[in-house]
Amino acid sequence: MITLKINGFEVQVERGATILQAAEKVGIKIPMFCYDERFKPHGSCRICVVEVEGARSLMTACCIPAADGMVVQTESEVVVEARKEILDLILANHPLDCLTCEQAGRCTLQDLCYQYDIEETSYEGARKSYEKDVSNEFYTADQTKCILCGKCVYMCSQVQNTDALCFVDRGFETHIGTPFEQGIAESTCVSCGNCVSVCPVGALMPKRREKYRYWEVEKVQTTCAYCGVGCQMELLVKDNRIVEVLPVKGHCNEGLLCVKGRFSFDFVNHRDRLKKPLIRKNGELEEATWDEAYDLIVSKINEIKESDGPDAISAFSSARGLTEDNYLMTKMMRAVVGTNNVDHCARL
Amino acid sequence: MTNSIADIQTADTMFITGSNTTENHPVIGAQLKGAVKAGKKLIVADPREIEMAEYADVFLKIKPGTSVALHNAMMNVIIQEGLEDKAYIQNTTEGYEEMKKLVEKYTPEYVSEICEVDAEDIRLAAILYGEARTATIIYCMGITQHVTGTESVMTLADMAMLTGNLGKAGGGVNPLRGQNNVQGACDMGALPNVFTGYQKVTDATIVKKFEDAWGVKLSDQPGLTITDTVAAIDDDRVKMLYVFGENPMISDPDTHHVEKALKKAFVVVQDLFLTETAELADVVLPAAAYAEKDGTFVNTERRVQRVRKAVNAPGEAKPDWMIFMEIMNRLGYEKKYSSAEEVFEEIRQVTPQYAGISYQRLENAGIAWPCPTEEHPGTPILHIGKPARGVGLFKAIEFAESGELGDPEYPLVLTTGRILYQYHTRSMTGKTEGINNLAPESYIEINPKLAAKKGIKDGDMIKVKSRRGEVKIKAKVTERVEENVLFIPFHWSEGANVLTNGEEFDQFSKIPGLKVTGINIEKLA
Amino acid sequence: MELYRSHVLVCGSTGCVSSDSLKIIDLFNKELEKHGLEKEIKVVQTGCFGLCEAGPIVIVYPEGSFYSQVKLDDVPRITEEHLLKGLIVHDLTYKEPGKKEASDSIDDMGFYKKQQRVALRNCGVIDPEILKEYIAYDGYAALAKVLTKMSPEEVVETIKASGLRGRGGGGFPTGLKWEFTSKAEGDVKYVACNADEGDPGAFMDRSVLEGDPHTLVESMTIAAYAVGANYGFVYVRAEYPIAVKRLQIAIDQARENDLLGEDILGSGFSFDMEIREGAGAFVCGEETALIQSIEGRRGMPKVRPPFPANKGIFDKPTLLNNVETFANINQIILKGADWFAGIGTEKSKGTKVFALGGKINNTGLLEIPMGTTLQETIFEVGGGIPNGKAFKAVQTGGPSGGCIPAEHLDTPIDYENLIALGSMMGSGGMIVMDEDNCMVDVARFFLDFTEEESCGKCTPCREGIKRMHELLDKITEGKGKLQDVDKLETLAKTIKKASLCGLGQTAPNPVLSTIRYFRYEYEAHVNEKMCPAGVCQALLQFLVIPEKCKKCGICAAKCPVNCISGVKGKEVYLIDQAKCIKCGACLEACPFDAIKKG
Repeated sequence: MITLKINGFEVQVERGATILQAAEKVGIKIPMFCYDERFKPHGSCRICVVEVEGARSLMTACCIPAADGMVVQTESEVVVEARKEILDLILANHPLDCLTCEQAGRCTLQDLCYQYDIEETSYEGARKSYEKDVSNEFYTADQTKCILCGKCVYMCSQVQNTDALCFVDRGFETHIGTPFEQGIAESTCVSCGNCVSVCPVGALMPKRREKYRYWEVEKVQTTCAYCGVGCQMELLVKDNRIVEVLPVKGHCNEGLLCVKGRFSFDFVNHRDRLKKPLIRKNGELEEATWDEAYDLIVSKINEIKESDGPDAISAFSSARGLTEDNYLMTKMMRAVVGTNNVDHCARL
Repeated sequence: MTNSIADIQTADTMFITGSNTTENHPVIGAQLKGAVKAGKKLIVADPREIEMAEYADVFLKIKPGTSVALHNAMMNVIIQEGLEDKAYIQNTTEGYEEMKKLVEKYTPEYVSEICEVDAEDIRLAAILYGEARTATIIYCMGITQHVTGTESVMTLADMAMLTGNLGKAGGGVNPLRGQNNVQGACDMGALPNVFTGYQKVTDATIVKKFEDAWGVKLSDQPGLTITDTVAAIDDDRVKMLYVFGENPMISDPDTHHVEKALKKAFVVVQDLFLTETAELADVVLPAAAYAEKDGTFVNTERRVQRVRKAVNAPGEAKPDWMIFMEIMNRLGYEKKYSSAEEVFEEIRQVTPQYAGISYQRLENAGIAWPCPTEEHPGTPILHIGKPARGVGLFKAIEFAESGELGDPEYPLVLTTGRILYQYHTRSMTGKTEGINNLAPESYIEINPKLAAKKGIKDGDMIKVKSRRGEVKIKAKVTERVEENVLFIPFHWSEGANVLTNGEEFDQFSKIPGLKVTGINIEKLA
Repeated sequence: MELYRSHVLVCGSTGCVSSDSLKIIDLFNKELEKHGLEKEIKVVQTGCFGLCEAGPIVIVYPEGSFYSQVKLDDVPRITEEHLLKGLIVHDLTYKEPGKKEASDSIDDMGFYKKQQRVALRNCGVIDPEILKEYIAYDGYAALAKVLTKMSPEEVVETIKASGLRGRGGGGFPTGLKWEFTSKAEGDVKYVACNADEGDPGAFMDRSVLEGDPHTLVESMTIAAYAVGANYGFVYVRAEYPIAVKRLQIAIDQARENDLLGEDILGSGFSFDMEIREGAGAFVCGEETALIQSIEGRRGMPKVRPPFPANKGIFDKPTLLNNVETFANINQIILKGADWFAGIGTEKSKGTKVFALGGKINNTGLLEIPMGTTLQETIFEVGGGIPNGKAFKAVQTGGPSGGCIPAEHLDTPIDYENLIALGSMMGSGGMIVMDEDNCMVDVARFFLDFTEEESCGKCTPCREGIKRMHELLDKITEGKGKLQDVDKLETLAKTIKKASLCGLGQTAPNPVLSTIRYFRYEYEAHVNEKMCPAGVCQALLQFLVIPEKCKKCGICAAKCPVNCISGVKGKEVYLIDQAKCIKCGACLEACPFDAIKKG
């Protein structure tokens, strides 16, 4: 164990823990744009710099390991000045369209400018301007808003392991692109949207089906309904409609989703959903009440049980239904209809 | 899965066979690619050059339906090289000698003819698997959807036992479940021969236990499987079919045969949409979607996780369990449940593996069963110490070629599967515009050499014929498949399952041999 | 080996090759044959002699006659008079600036007198493509000594005791680095050489690679033995084709002769190496970026720790030193740590190679003991400032170094002193500026370079240097305010403190040091809207001096924008300042010095 002091508080952490992890232990918050525990430490944005007694320069809390006897200040004057300068520099190269930006309410730049009282930039001069890449079906990439924290690149190359995104050019011209700048649609991108999920600003945004603000939505954590991985996700709900899905760092998905889980939720809200029972009359399926439908089913079951025995009734249960749904389906067939004729599509 | 998703990434060597992981389980695929990048070794066996093959140390592009031979050959090499775990075999298994004797003839050279791969690659793969400190097997429908599916899985289990890779971290035999809750459906006894928790319907004590719990008399005769059912409708043994959340018109083999059955029986379909199957039903019931109800799904690693209601169901649609309860009530069974949680509480009572799991415990994170008590943390890795049945039983299994092959009229092999962008019968993914733009239509993968022989160019419409029927489909010329192998994703109607065999099944599991169909093709004028 | 009565050494390094030294070699050989001298006299293609200003250089031994700027036409004369008749051709030998007569021998030249060549010892002496010549100058003796008589620990101890510090910039004690790498845990370790010499004007590494490549092969092998590595990489700029070629020849020769590969010299120790060519990014000289580039990734620096000694190439413990550092190793092994520690100052031992450029007479490469003063270096070795101009400042350490003014010329050169002055050793660039240089413009010039070469990873460097550059533009254009100078200073300090790697942490040095020593020049630009050195175009005014004007009209005729008006022979001419584009054509054209710049 290592003992260090952060803002006067003594903290004990395991060897190898970062200053950030030590600070979290005593409830000290350190701002960050580029950090994600799933990435190899990269320390790009520098907003998490802290003052370490005796060090020549400021240290990034996110990737510098805590050391025994270290004395750290996370909000000293030097630190705050440096952070303000960094925010000032970022803002000097970022459009101030927060009124209409869809990331508003979920934007780290907005939050940190508020925290450090940066109303506007003190710099004039060149600003970057790129054409928005709208070639992907599910998200847009607007390099003009990008703050080059690199999270999308590291997500794509180190966690999602698709390597579709990369840094292009150098210096002030640096931007995020795809190999040979062919655009996202032509890249190896698999539309998982995991880059979009980690973007701290509005550079990577889902293509919205309808308008919503992040403060308007209710979030409900659930389990993905597609394949058997069991990814954890949050459904963002506005006015009884799912408007977006965000990944949650669950046990099996480490905060990843795939294109289906992340973007293919339209079926829930879809206009073609069945809303009433249907009964075939004169060869056509017609709307009916639940009572009519139930009566027909129950009478059929009783009739066939009577004439051919319960084993003349069969059921296919569902690998997409709830565990509870499946239980009651099998119970209905076994305990009430009286047959073991129940199977499901495990084999298909 | 015997081991957890997190655990399989820690194996020194991964053997992925019959699983197009990056497309069918994309998140696991991403994680496994990460493991390879971090230095883990990878063996891939698949008839198609799937993305994982690019990451493989050894890629075995085997002929569809030849896995049993491949596994036997790998075991042959492992034994030849002295890489077997003698202590594990001695202490925890039986049937070893018989198996050893059988695989003797499965030399890499012999099997290279069967699988149509290089003998040296088989040897390399076997050594890579056998030498690893921990080696895991990851498989999917490419192994199981064969008439020899069960046997193929048995040979995989043999291989894991042979090298002592069962019941330890980084080892195991790990099927990836294709659907969100196949595991849960199986656990709940949505199978004709077992109650919940795989308790046999033929076991008198078990039947008695359920009779006591449910307060009714129960049948001890195993029921019909899906595929049996279709045939049973044909010959009038079954008169009524209740289809809950399935679309056999697309997912089941031999579509024409299925259609005939659905038209004949009295059919109830309970679903979100008027699916191809629902269109043939006599009664259609509107069900709530996953986002409209509370409950649980059980993922591929046996982890029970919460599903939570986020929105109200449209119109009069109801949670499925509620529909079943109301039908039961109307059939005279009085038991009422006020919530999914109440159903779950009953599940716990009758299912030993679930006894320790409650919604309260699931609030923060899922739990992998078996979880016998409230204090039990769950079981991410099965068979630790010794196999669940006490001793592991080696099965000596001969390779047998699929009966689909060898017909000169249908000399080519069709195999099927899913693609990244679509899911199952598209009743969900097909509602998203972007998905349909990315994967708009069905196609058939065809090797350039075969295409050239038949005068087919990329994008041409071709006719594909099997003994069951024929489809017209767009050709996608690609090196991914070998010259005599073709691939159709099964998501679309007028697709693969018009052609597949709905009559011949695996003798143990009754799984149809969807991955091997004898076909012939011709270019459409 | 045959004996020759005389050797003609011709520089075969990049500088001289670009002015046809290879043709000179061919011609010498033809001439010697013509005169039947080919058995008596040998022409040798060597590495760099250092005084590149005077290239192509030919030195004739045993006299040590130093022929400079030799043309093809000169070759027959040198052959006939010097080589045949023994008469030095005095009008072709080098005449040092400020001296009346040419020097007869290289030993009399001021440029060489104060130099002490350790790293460059074989450059300009041996033929770099011939292994035997290297061996004749004690080549591979150090390796043999290490492999037969020393334990790896003893080697590390020797390097530690020598006091050698990294010559690539940081000045980290080399022996400690070796110790860290040798103690790092790992089954596989690497030795790597940083030959990605990116500082504009610096070419000491190139000179070693071109003039003495075996020294690198030998030293890296010694290092590998010391730290327990079996494989090495040399990361060299692709822009150095001759260096790459000669190093590859050396590697191949070493392999063929049991000096590289399996079981070196029968010792049981194995080591091999390969060359990796860089694609010309300055930042790849930064060690973590270099490692990424070797791994095949985009060259972007990484946070340290972990240091390469623990997690370097492919995450394996890696010893990374630069070429000049390695070039000292075999001498330390052969002559002992004490010998090396006896050279230099208390904290900076040995010698250092500098690439001298700018407003200086002896442009070129020189190696001097640490502790030599800037004064001695610039005025004695460097030969002073040309054209009688006054010295203004010297910038050391490459584009990120600071500018040191005249009052600090008596400073002995060592790592700490240069840092204290707001500059740094860097890889040894040394640019001299005279009274005609505007220091604001100089600072802007260097930022132009670092701005473009920033890898773009971290915010302060990527965004901050751009803004500094813009502020400097504003000031040099006469649009600056006093607050802008303050803003520049605070921004520069933040960039230094908060940047990820050495590039960002040092890039502001030219600005900070010029504000520190030449603040008045900044103030003149913002307050008086003038550039005292007369460099910043926007602040210049071209004015006709009425009393000198002869009304000839030549200026008006030359003006490209017709902004000069007057009547030929009758009226003094006048420049319309609003239209003037400050091209200076009138100033140059006026035969009577009647136009002034101010």
